[in-house]
Order: sequence, then structure tokens, then C-alpha cells
Amino acid sequence: MNDALDVALRLLVVFAVFLVFPLLIGQTEHKVMAHMQGRVGPMYAGGFHGWAQLVADGVKFAQKEDVVPAGADRRIFQLAPAVALLPYLLVLVAIPIGPGEGAVGQVIDAGIFFVLAVMGVGVLGSLMAGWASANKFSLLGGLRTAAQLLAYELPMLLAAASVAMAAGTVSLVGILDAFEWWWLPWQIVGALVFFVAGLAELQRPPFDMPVADSEIIFGAYTEYTGLRFALFLLAEYAGIVILCGLTAVLFLGGWHGPFGADGLGWVWTLLKTAVLAFIVIWLRVSYPRMREDQLQKLAWTTLVPLALAQIALTGVVKVVIQS
Amino acid sequence: MTLAAALAHAPVAATGEQGFLSPTGVEIAFLLVGLATFGAAVVTVTSKQLVHAALWLVVALGGIAVEYLLLTAEFIAWVQVLIYVGSVVVLLLFGLMLTKAPIGRSPDADSGNRWAALAVAVAAAAALVWVVVDAFRTTWIDLDGPAQGSTRVSGEIIFRHWVLPFEALSVLLLAALVGAIVLSRRNAKDPEGKR
Repeated sequence: MNDALDVALRLLVVFAVFLVFPLLIGQTEHKVMAHMQGRVGPMYAGGFHGWAQLVADGVKFAQKEDVVPAGADRRIFQLAPAVALLPYLLVLVAIPIGPGEGAVGQVIDAGIFFVLAVMGVGVLGSLMAGWASANKFSLLGGLRTAAQLLAYELPMLLAAASVAMAAGTVSLVGILDAFEWWWLPWQIVGALVFFVAGLAELQRPPFDMPVADSEIIFGAYTEYTGLRFALFLLAEYAGIVILCGLTAVLFLGGWHGPFGADGLGWVWTLLKTAVLAFIVIWLRVSYPRMREDQLQKLAWTTLVPLALAQIALTGVVKVVIQS
Repeated sequence: MTLAAALAHAPVAATGEQGFLSPTGVEIAFLLVGLATFGAAVVTVTSKQLVHAALWLVVALGGIAVEYLLLTAEFIAWVQVLIYVGSVVVLLLFGLMLTKAPIGRSPDADSGNRWAALAVAVAAAAALVWVVVDAFRTTWIDLDGPAQGSTRVSGEIIFRHWVLPFEALSVLLLAALVGAIVLSRRNAKDPEGKR
């Protein structure tokens, strides 16, 4: 196939996934949350069990007036949603869903670093929004976002480094090629640390202190309306897709499965991602919000030592099996 | 990414014939990104709006990452984004928010030391440019061959040939860490500074 056509096709597929998967997770969240709370959730939009609820929401958002507060820093205020959303689109390009080079948008040599680096950039969007809104609740939300990112970036990196050590490469495709089933118990602590830190970085409950609605309205996004607000929400759900996909690829073996790894590898990746996304929703329904000091304490006194212990364990086992 | 893909397929001038008069696409891109980075850096130090300065710094640091990419140093590029854009700038913005950086111009954003600062900056830039030009005078990167800045290559070079500077840097960082702890604990012993 023609090179340019190949690249265009891959980007198109990635873009489609980027637009569809977050909506799928959003709809699942509506329904799963509702059933866990003894409700039925959206039932009317689209007919069958309210499947088109998020489409209707999107139409509603598009109709709303796009308000920029008078005291706000206009340009930064308007730029922030794009800065929050685009990094996730870039990250999606690097996540492999099946074996071989055909099942990944672009093979990147330093895949783990690329993914974590670009995900970190997304937080700048929240910070820009928090500062540029000229609203004290927004500013508080921005502050909490920054504090949370600084605390949880480190354990996330350390946990990812542990897998890279185990595989002997930092390429996501290379890590999957090297994966063996017994990595699962070996790296389980790292997986938990990575997943929890990722949740905190996405500001999902129980780590949603930066957007705590009962205290600071909606944190950095308080002043946003219409499509720009929708873009922030989309960024959150795209973040869930990315985090679950990454956890599946790094720790759960991605396209490896008990059978059918050759032809059906992508099914395994999607299945693992979906199960993890379900857990994300489940956690939101089950746990109350953590206080700011509890958040910081969890990161620095629990996750960082656990991640360091995992790295030590990985190093020891690696040396033992190589000798 | 597409950029990396474009790099891989970029046309390269015949080896041995490189000159400044017939630049390739990558060289032109390198120059343009360099100019943009320089512009962003200048705005960073001249802007009177504190948070805008921090955000222009993001552009400048990102531009440097793109330059690394164009030089095939992929690993260094992503680490640059991870450390500088992802952490250092976030820390900077955190500090600015804590001090309630105002929207609009800060009247006290000018320093009386600006000429001294300019002299130091020019001297540092001159020294760096001289060192780099002297070290890599006639070296050209072969874009067609295997990547010369891949993670494996970077790792081998750092841990085989540059171990001593690497270790010295870690000692420096450790000293900074200890210093930070000492500075932040000083108030605890001070009876009047009790919070």
C-alpha cells in the first residue's frame, strides 16, 4: 500500500476510536452507575435503553452559548480545552491493540516516555483554565490539580519503569512482544500503583478533589459553558480510555490471551480495556471523595514506596532469571 | 507519530555533498523550529504577564523537544517533554497560582538587573554556541541509517562513556534535595515561626 495512504488510514482509524470510545464509556457509566444505585438511567433518547443519550447531550452542548467571563484572560481561556484534549489524541496513536506493526498507529521507540510525557501535558489545560477564568473556585481547582499531578506523576513513572526493566525495552510494542503470563503476579503491585496514580491524574473519583462540586463548584471548569465544557468532559473520558488501554498493555499483556492471540489479539486488548473501564466506573460509585491531605499522604507514603519496592523486586528477579 | 514518519521518509542529500547552499527539508524545518523557539524564548523573558511568560516557556521547551526529534534523538525529546513541560512548568504555574499572579500586566515584572542579565545570557549563549560548533563542525546525521538517538544507543553511551558526569549530576541533585529539606524544616525549630 502507498505510504501516505497508509499513514492517513491509520490516523483516520485512531481519530474514529478517539471520538467513539469515550462516548461508549460515558454511556456505560450512565447505565452502570444507574443500575448500581437502583435506577434505570437514561431510557428515552434513541429508543433502545437510551443509547443515544450522549448524542443528545452533544447536541445540547453545541446549542449553548459560549460564554467567556469579562475578567478572564480571553485567549488562554479559549485555548485551554484544546490543550486538555489534544494530548490524549496523540497518545492514542502509540498504543498497540494487536500483535505486529499493523495494529498500532505508529511504532515509537521510546513509547512509554512518549505516552507519559504527552499525558502530562494535558494537565496544562486544566491549569490554564483554572488561572484564566478569573474565578477563585477555578483558581483553587487549578491549584489542587497541579498539586495532585506533582504527587502522582512520580509513582506512575516508577511503576512504568518497572515494566520497562522487566521487558528490557521502553517500546510499547517491544514490551508486549516480551510479555509472559507470569509477569502478571510479578508486576501486580506496579499495576495497582500505575492504575491508582492514573486515576488520580485523571481526577476521577475518589481522587476528584480538584473538581469537588460541593466545595469549589467544578474546579477549573466552573466558568466553562457549551462546547468548551464538553471538550473538557471528553478529555476526561478519553483519559479513561487511554489509562485503561495503557494498563492493559503494560501490565495485563495487551493482545496476549489464553487462546487466539494471532487473529483475535485486538479482542483481548479491547476486553481488558473494557473491564478496567468498568472498574473505573465502579470505583466512582463505591468510594467517597478523599480529602486533600489524604490524597497527598496516599501518594507520598504509600504509592511511592510501593513503586520503589516493585522496582527492587523486578531488578532482583531479572538478575536471578538471567544468571 | 507522523513527524517521526515524515523524518523516516525525508529526502536526504547525497553524503559528502552536504552544504549550506542546498538545504534539505529537514534542515529547513530545523531552522524554522529554531527561530520559533528563539522567538518564544524572547517573549518569555520580555512579557509583562507572568503566566503568559510561563506558557511561552512551554512553547520554547516544546520547540527544543522538536529540535531533538529532528536530530533523531527521540528518547531525549520525550524526556525533555516529560521533565520540563510536564513537571517543571507545572511546578512553576503552581507557584504562580499560589502567589495569585494577576490577569493582565504585572507592574513589577521588570527587574533593574535586566542589562546584567542580558550580558550573562549573551555570554552563556556565545560559550554554548562556540562549544557546539567546535565539537560538531563537520558532523552530519545520516537519516537513512539506523536511528542514532534511539533509547538503546543513548543508554549505552551514557552508561559506558559518560558514567562519571552522570554520577556527578546525581550527587548534585541529591545535594539539592537535602538542601530543600533543610530549608523547609528550618521554621520548625524557630519558636516564633511556629505555624
